[in-house]
Amino acid sequence: MSLLDYFKSSKPSSASLAKERLQILVAHERASRNQPSYLPKLQQELLAVIRKYVNVEQDAISVNFEQDDNQEVLELNIVLPDDANKK
Amino acid sequence: MARIIVVTSGKGGVGKTTTSAAIAMGLAKKGHKTAVIDFDVGLRNLDLIMGCERRVVYDFVNVINGEATLRQALIKDKRCNQLFILPASQTRDKDALTKEGVGKILEELSKEFKYIVCDSPAGIERGANLAMYFADDAFVVTNPEVASVRDSDRMLGILASKSRRAEQGEEAITEYLLLSRYSPKRVKLGEMLSVEDVQDILSLHLLGVIPESKSVLNASNSGTPVILDEESNAGQAYADVVARYLGEDVPHRFINEEKKGLFGKLFRSR
Repeated sequence: MSLLDYFKSSKPSSASLAKERLQILVAHERASRNQPSYLPKLQQELLAVIRKYVNVEQDAISVNFEQDDNQEVLELNIVLPDDANKK
Repeated sequence: MARIIVVTSGKGGVGKTTTSAAIAMGLAKKGHKTAVIDFDVGLRNLDLIMGCERRVVYDFVNVINGEATLRQALIKDKRCNQLFILPASQTRDKDALTKEGVGKILEELSKEFKYIVCDSPAGIERGANLAMYFADDAFVVTNPEVASVRDSDRMLGILASKSRRAEQGEEAITEYLLLSRYSPKRVKLGEMLSVEDVQDILSLHLLGVIPESKSVLNASNSGTPVILDEESNAGQAYADVVARYLGEDVPHRFINEEKKGLFGKLFRSR
């Protein structure tokens, strides 16, 4: 290691940190912006239906919407409780 | 038909009013009849930046409510006879602006003016929504700073979905990036996002970079749009922006640090 390297900071610059954070955040926010507006309501209603039969937690259901060039995928994820909590 | 430009950003304090004043004056100076409208109802400030605060008699809301005619409310600029200012109202009534009212005024102005510059308030509430609703072009003013870039991206989403053009399925609003308060020196040191960084994130057409400059505060102190300070780099940058918007091929400046000679160091440029 040369003397010059010693003085050069190995920390990334704050600007590159800013760019990295923004790229992740903006990508995330754009993805949720393109989601259909019925998703939150769909999630609520599905939860209500499922709760008629199974006693699941409020946050046990997640609805994800993904879009790529030629298809849209609606992904439903429901975590069922242990046997003890079943009705 | 007039071309309606909205100057927007989402975040406050990035230079929307400074930009509105500068580009409206720039367009007017090029011989295009231009109106500049302050949409920040309750927090009127464009009049101060334009230096016509003592000539305000009627305002935007007066015209919407039929209490004054457009002709009575428009303030003719004393420096350029092609430029007119429509000040915002100082009312605290949040619902003073209506879509119908704004639409009617813009339609009337369109008959007479070539360009209508809408100075949007910060935020995403009624004033900001109405400022961009009827726009043909959007100047998105952004500072090279995380909060501003994020809010600009959010604004882009709103421009793409909540505008008249979007609702009626017409051609989308043309969006331009105006990067202001830029410091090439800090970019070089890695302390500030560069033009390329911001463009990578927002992917917008760059209309111009306005360097951080003392002349902006000096101009607002005296109520002169900074574009009239032809010696200053900010003034020149805004003149470039106007020329580029009008289709002239002007190379970008103020992106890299200027190399000052001994002379320049002795007599620091403004």
